[in-house]
Amino acid sequence: MTASSDSHSPAQRGWYKRNEIAITPWLFLAPGVIFFFIYVVAPIWQSFGLSLYDWNGLGDVQTNGEYVGLENYNKLFGLNGERADRNFGISLSNNFKWLALYLLAIPGGLFIALFLNQTVPGIRLYKSLFFFPFVISQVVVGLVFSWFYLPNVGLLNVIIGWFGMESTNILGDRTWATYGIIAAGLWPQTAYCMILYLTGLNAVDPEQVEAARLDGAKGWKMLWYVIIPQLKPATFIAFVVTVIGALRSFDLVSIMTGGGPFGSTRVLSYYVFEKSLSERGLQYGYAAAIAVVLFLIMLVFISYFLWAMYQDEKGAR
Amino acid sequence: MFPTPIEKSSRAVQISYQAFLPFALIVWLLPLIAVMIFSIRPAVDFTNGNYWGWPSSFEGFTNYGKVFFESAMPRYLMNSVLITVPTVIGTVALACMTGFALGVYKFKGNLLIFFMFIAGNFVPFQILMVPVRDLTVEMGLYNTKTGLVLFHIAFQTGFATLFMRNFIRALPFPLIEAARVEGVAEWRIFWYVVLPLMKPAIAAMAVLIFTFIWNDYFWAVVLTQGPESQPVTAGITSFNAQYRAAYHLMSAGSIVAALPPVAMFFLMQKHFIAGLTLGAVK
Repeated sequence: MTASSDSHSPAQRGWYKRNEIAITPWLFLAPGVIFFFIYVVAPIWQSFGLSLYDWNGLGDVQTNGEYVGLENYNKLFGLNGERADRNFGISLSNNFKWLALYLLAIPGGLFIALFLNQTVPGIRLYKSLFFFPFVISQVVVGLVFSWFYLPNVGLLNVIIGWFGMESTNILGDRTWATYGIIAAGLWPQTAYCMILYLTGLNAVDPEQVEAARLDGAKGWKMLWYVIIPQLKPATFIAFVVTVIGALRSFDLVSIMTGGGPFGSTRVLSYYVFEKSLSERGLQYGYAAAIAVVLFLIMLVFISYFLWAMYQDEKGAR
Repeated sequence: MFPTPIEKSSRAVQISYQAFLPFALIVWLLPLIAVMIFSIRPAVDFTNGNYWGWPSSFEGFTNYGKVFFESAMPRYLMNSVLITVPTVIGTVALACMTGFALGVYKFKGNLLIFFMFIAGNFVPFQILMVPVRDLTVEMGLYNTKTGLVLFHIAFQTGFATLFMRNFIRALPFPLIEAARVEGVAEWRIFWYVVLPLMKPAIAAMAVLIFTFIWNDYFWAVVLTQGPESQPVTAGITSFNAQYRAAYHLMSAGSIVAALPPVAMFFLMQKHFIAGLTLGAVK
């Protein structure tokens, strides 16, 4: 110790020692924060900037792109004499369909969790196997479901054939394709909500349940007034992950339909990709404007999540 | 316990519940079971239109053998491993540090930085897409595993920090104070006091991030192309293009691609679920 400390000037060492508790967190934060800033925070601003340009992705935006102000947004929404982009409208409305229907994963997950919340032999394995779809990548889920939906030969059509219904080509049908993809997405999402609720149900206070039972509560009443309030933290997380999942839907659309038929299954995330990186794209500024719209929709939810977490933090102090 | 434990109901109810369980499971996993059946069929079944009848022969070994020995699949799998493992190590390392800083110290901006990590974790990927791609190209890392790994580490640090910070928050703080009173340097507190207690959190984070990154498709498509660096999620699409309409091979390939996270889940189930359900119980 003595030999090495000689090389430091005593004043400097003293300063660090005195401020150790103030400095240490910043030293520990630095690598993570810098990384996160470069790859996540800065790109958000860059995309905002990009959305004000007309740029084909070659060279540099500043030199090769043309500044067009809010023109990209005018084109999207049909403002200022532009015609509204119909594909953008379809994508946006599909996003809302996703959002609304994806939320079904929450009651669905609760339902399965209630069904499985028993102690019979082998139940642990059943719970794991019910959770299974969440562990598989969305790419494989997409493939699995597109084969499941195959016209004529797909298992779904075989089954509805037993009931005398005619074979349908769900993913080839403009009206139904989006719902077919959402159903595929609901599969893993419901599994996720189920596991959240199973954990939540485990922690439900048995005394409260017994007390409520003595008061004559049972079935739906018990569920609604006693159990669900206690599952609030699980419901909150289920809501967060489901909303995020719905707005992030890209993999399934890309794998199952590629936005088709006739662009009827596009969602904003897919449309951004299509307008920039696909061969039909190369309109980087325009794509960035779509991404900004998606970001702003998400921001509404992010603000709510952060607000809820902030209330929690305040409560914890 | 809710619902009422089944042991308290009649024998008939108990038996029907236990009989219904496997049936419900089969219905729930039906699309997956269908693919498993596809993957052991011979090609001739599909040309003859025998999609759902009894397989005319068992070709499981041939089909999976083809996937492993006659396609680019092993290469994609290897790429996935080489992308996933460094990401897990990098993220866990960074998040242990950020989580320690945010969980242990009180300073101005603590909550702000914490919320920045959380918010960043929720943003749609597409708003990052073009700038991140440009950055990767500029660094000469486009179409490399390193490029993908660097981005994944940065992005996953957001989620992992949330997890680690909350975990550290729940540790007994007097332990740290006692060490301080003894005059232990702060970084030693991190290394010798906090880090050993974080083992369960590290395990949970590692399996979760492994699964997330293994299953990533979007960034693989944005930042890589071709078998030299693409992970298996992106590789499976070219694999399928190669074997168009050869359902037996495509389904065998898909199952192989899906297997590692599944194995991870079954091996590390406790940690996996602990990680996923963080915050679901107060």
